[in-house]
Amino acid sequence: MTATTTTTDERLVERSLLTQLLNRPELGSVAGAIAVWIFFAVMAGRSFLSLGGTATYLEVAAELGILAVPVALLMIGGEFDLSVGSMIGAAGMTLTILAAHFGWPLWLAILAALGLSLIVGYLNGWLVVRTGLPSFIITLGSLFIIRGATIAITRLLTGRTQLGDVDEAAGFALAKAVFASDIAIAGVQFPISILWWVLVVAVGSYILLQTEFGNWVFGVGGSKVAARMVGVPVDRVKITLFMSTAAAAWLIAVIQAVNFTGSDTLRGELREFHAIIAVVIGGTLLTGGYGSVIGAAIGALIFGMVKQGIVLAGVDADWFQVFLGGMLLVAVLINNFIRQKAAETRR
Amino acid sequence: MSNNKTNGGTPLLELHDASKFFGNIVALKSVSLRLYPGEVVCLLGDNGAGKSTLIKIFAGVHQQSEGGFLVEGEDVIFDSPRDALDHGIATVYQDLAMIPLMSISRNFFLGSEPKIGFGPFKRFDHNFANRVVREELMKMGIDIRDPAQPVGTLSGGERQSVAIARAVYFGAKALILDEPTAALGVKQAGTVLRYIAQARKRNLGVVFITHNPHHAYPVGDRFTILKRGRQLGTWTKAELSREEMITMMSGGEELEKLSDEIEEYGV
Repeated sequence: MTATTTTTDERLVERSLLTQLLNRPELGSVAGAIAVWIFFAVMAGRSFLSLGGTATYLEVAAELGILAVPVALLMIGGEFDLSVGSMIGAAGMTLTILAAHFGWPLWLAILAALGLSLIVGYLNGWLVVRTGLPSFIITLGSLFIIRGATIAITRLLTGRTQLGDVDEAAGFALAKAVFASDIAIAGVQFPISILWWVLVVAVGSYILLQTEFGNWVFGVGGSKVAARMVGVPVDRVKITLFMSTAAAAWLIAVIQAVNFTGSDTLRGELREFHAIIAVVIGGTLLTGGYGSVIGAAIGALIFGMVKQGIVLAGVDADWFQVFLGGMLLVAVLINNFIRQKAAETRR
Repeated sequence: MSNNKTNGGTPLLELHDASKFFGNIVALKSVSLRLYPGEVVCLLGDNGAGKSTLIKIFAGVHQQSEGGFLVEGEDVIFDSPRDALDHGIATVYQDLAMIPLMSISRNFFLGSEPKIGFGPFKRFDHNFANRVVREELMKMGIDIRDPAQPVGTLSGGERQSVAIARAVYFGAKALILDEPTAALGVKQAGTVLRYIAQARKRNLGVVFITHNPHHAYPVGDRFTILKRGRQLGTWTKAELSREEMITMMSGGEELEKLSDEIEEYGV
């Protein structure tokens, strides 16, 4: 800090390390993750603390976390996407039908599913910017359209709603290695999806914090009109974000389809809400303009720890949803409090 | 009444006989205005006088229905706010100046981000942004502690000042300030008025829109008063006293009538 007047130094003191920390959106989620970890370390003991236990909750966290990253970016950009869960089912079923029913090479089927996802994402975004309607409503519509179409078309083509035999398609071995292999660490198998998660988080966080596009995301979510006034291509930013959430749904679908060598038309149900919960726990504002990709990753981590921790602690897994909902409410309250504190830094 | 300032040279902005109609509503009728570098023209008028319509023509949001609009002597028609910006006309709106949740430097460079690196790996140059923000604000006499702090932690006057500093930095020759002091307290308004004077010193032309004669009078060089879409006139400071200005803005008779009415209620 280039101090020009003596008053500068005096005023600097006001902005303590604590307020600087409180200004980080992910602070609450970090505290929450530590608390949850300690809770289950005590309740479940070795089974939770062991490498094997860690691998199980990281895998659950990864499959949500991949989705939570673009959902966080989209929510910071001021929009919701409720169709991502259905998109997981649609993308998975598309590649499975193409590969197993029509005998396409697996990689071609995977690419076709990506193409479909990007088109759906584009349409979601296009409808939102064109109609000016809340994305909550638009994507609530696509949630049902995509899910319904997935079930109907699958049954029409195959007469079933579940399909296997993906492992018989050409190129399966490579796909298995890329999307669904395990990496052994100290004798424990860690699924490669965790690596994908880390990669998506790193790229997402870099884009948000270090690029021009990231600045536009903040601006568009903070004030669409003000952003447009200074020349930000608001519509393009929003459509790109919707395409990225659909692409993340595709990645999860591929990982699951290859891992289970098949798909189910109902796969991905409720995922849209789990992603929103992870994002909100991570400190992102529902109203847009403020949030964090790292926070969303930590939100997903908490989700994984709670979901697996409850089982490992010997509690009936039925209680998981109660826990999840409660945590969402607590997180929102804490984040509200933190944001107020942060805004008070000056006055 | 002097519409011409013997300043020499071409005016930055010139509007002659401009009118704006919305359907059969006359928002502006035959308004002429000139803005030279290094002067502050105050645009005064009550609500509904046509101030907003006029600045939206400058800002590229609306186009005039009749009359001419020249920027540095050349006829222009703006299609978008971006067009106006490219011609060096920056408009600072009262409530749209800044995005509160974003940091000062992110706000400052929103839409014109400085980048460092190659090809697809170009990234936002935070160091450059922070340094420039601190320097530019220092030039305006604002001493901020941390360019990374959210704009929401700034006072209303400081926000307007940052928006003005941004416009100046990005090469604005003419500043259009839409009621920058309207929502501010006395002291805060003073801060903004000081930056307006600063901008003039740096040879910018400033159109300062306000309905508060007490804010206009200290910084204005010339005063244009609008009433119900028409121009009552343009005066230099020497030609117009503060009291005359107030009377003209509100319509003196109406004010007298109002005070009579209030007396009737026995206040």
